Amino acid sequence: MESFVNRYRNLTILLLVIFAQFLLLAVQVKNDQDVRIIRVWTVTAVTPFARVVELLRGGSVGFFRNYILLRDEDAENRRLRDQVGHLKLENIFLKNELNTAERAKALGVFQARIPSKTLAATVIGAGAGSNAKVVYVDAGSTRGVERGMAVVTPDGIVGKVIAAYPTASEILLATDADFAAGVVSQDGAVRGTLKGQGTPLLKVDYVPIQEKVQVGQWFYTSGDDRIFPRGFPVGVVRSVRDAQPFKEILLDPAGLQHGLEDVLIVTQGVHQDIPPTPVADQPVYIAPPPPDESKPASPAAAGAPPPITEADKLRLEYQAAGEAQGHKFGSGESGPPNFSGIGTTLPQKPAPAAAAPPAVPAAAVPAAASPMPATGATTKTTDVTRHSNQANGEPTGSTKR
Amino acid sequence: MAYSSGRMLLSQSDGPVSRFRAWVFIVVPLLAILFQVYVPLFFPVLSFLEMPLLVVVYLSLTQRSQVGGLFTGALIGLAQDSLSKNPLGMFGICKTLVGYFAASVGVHFNVDNTVIRLFLSFLFYFFHQTLYWVMQRMLLAQQPPFDYQSWLLFGALNAVVGVFLFHFLDKLRAAA
Repeated sequence: MESFVNRYRNLTILLLVIFAQFLLLAVQVKNDQDVRIIRVWTVTAVTPFARVVELLRGGSVGFFRNYILLRDEDAENRRLRDQVGHLKLENIFLKNELNTAERAKALGVFQARIPSKTLAATVIGAGAGSNAKVVYVDAGSTRGVERGMAVVTPDGIVGKVIAAYPTASEILLATDADFAAGVVSQDGAVRGTLKGQGTPLLKVDYVPIQEKVQVGQWFYTSGDDRIFPRGFPVGVVRSVRDAQPFKEILLDPAGLQHGLEDVLIVTQGVHQDIPPTPVADQPVYIAPPPPDESKPASPAAAGAPPPITEADKLRLEYQAAGEAQGHKFGSGESGPPNFSGIGTTLPQKPAPAAAAPPAVPAAAVPAAASPMPATGATTKTTDVTRHSNQANGEPTGSTKR
Repeated sequence: MAYSSGRMLLSQSDGPVSRFRAWVFIVVPLLAILFQVYVPLFFPVLSFLEMPLLVVVYLSLTQRSQVGGLFTGALIGLAQDSLSKNPLGMFGICKTLVGYFAASVGVHFNVDNTVIRLFLSFLFYFFHQTLYWVMQRMLLAQQPPFDYQSWLLFGALNAVVGVFLFHFLDKLRAAA
């Protein structure tokens, strides 16, 4: 260094003198922002070093925190992962609770709507056998459950109680091969025996091949088996095939379509009517028909429901003929009445006139997604029709039980 | 003259070093500065003369010492700054560099030659003006015009005046 200074002594002195005068200038001169140049130079000269120092300090601290002291971060990550796991479990639990609450609400609505007395129960287990379609529910004999009671859901029938224990009951599902129940088509024309097959589909047996059954047609419990009250939906026809000696009809079980978690055990069954038409998911307003001014109003028929179709008119005629002979429909105590004269006089006999039908919007009916009939007793028109057909010697939908 | 004027190029060890009395280094720069301050007040025509610069060039050329030349230029320049409205250091820096380079030239050339003196006076005047213009722009944020034509003209006039001045100052050497 010393030799360098000696070698370039003159140049060094020159630079020092120039530098000193630059400093002198910088002390006096101010820039356009009224800041002395010496201050500007000083800040400009010092700032990069300060920036580098700060960069090194920040990098060192960050390196130390991010790469050296990782123990705390790892513990924090573990704690957060555990928290996420707990939150996921809690979320699942709350979703299940919500689903349970919704199911309970649906069951409560259904219980209040049907005339039968039911007992809500929850499925707590399944049968041990691989082929046995059996489940256990948490309601037993201490709550009034007895062997042979029907088990339903708002969607349809589920099965029947085959064993009642003090705290639980064993339910044979409709899909089990040992299950059987009486069913009737929605129009009441076809009766048969529902049988489980051990598969997801149910079979309606003992239906003559001449009966007309269509795919998509609904079947309901007929009440003939003395287990299921009449009017509970069973399922919809999936396929129909002619076989010997009976039709082969397969149903989709309505009560088992959406899983099985909460059920209703029918402790006291009450027969219901089968809905005349399938209940649509969306209620549709049906305007009343125009008044028929050509037919005079009959005082005898005042207050009765007005006949709208030819079938209604025919039903009323059969009903009137039976009542005239003292027959009590539905009791089965006496023989069938004599309807032999109705067919010949039907075209000439005017239908009982009635006042204009009131407007009955379909939306006023309690909406139900299931094909369950509404509560209310009316005349059993399907039975009357069937019996009249039998009396006329026509092929009917009567089935043997 | 005590040495030959025919040698245009010589080394520091070869050429004789001019020696002045001590008062010369004080009085001559002081007179030059006073001339620069007062003469233009009464004779504005002579304002183009840069007497301190010519003195710096002469002393540096004859001293043949770079350190002596730069200090001579620095002191004369700072003194000139002190009497001007400029910040201290503007003329000081310029004349420091002029003194350093003039001394460097004096080491290698025979500066007693009239032509060389004329040329060097012109060259250092132009260098001085250019450097001052640059510093005005860079340090003072001023926008002076780059009037190189005037600089060339005044540089030539200063060179002519410098030849006569140098001839007068040669008589003040200690050897004389």
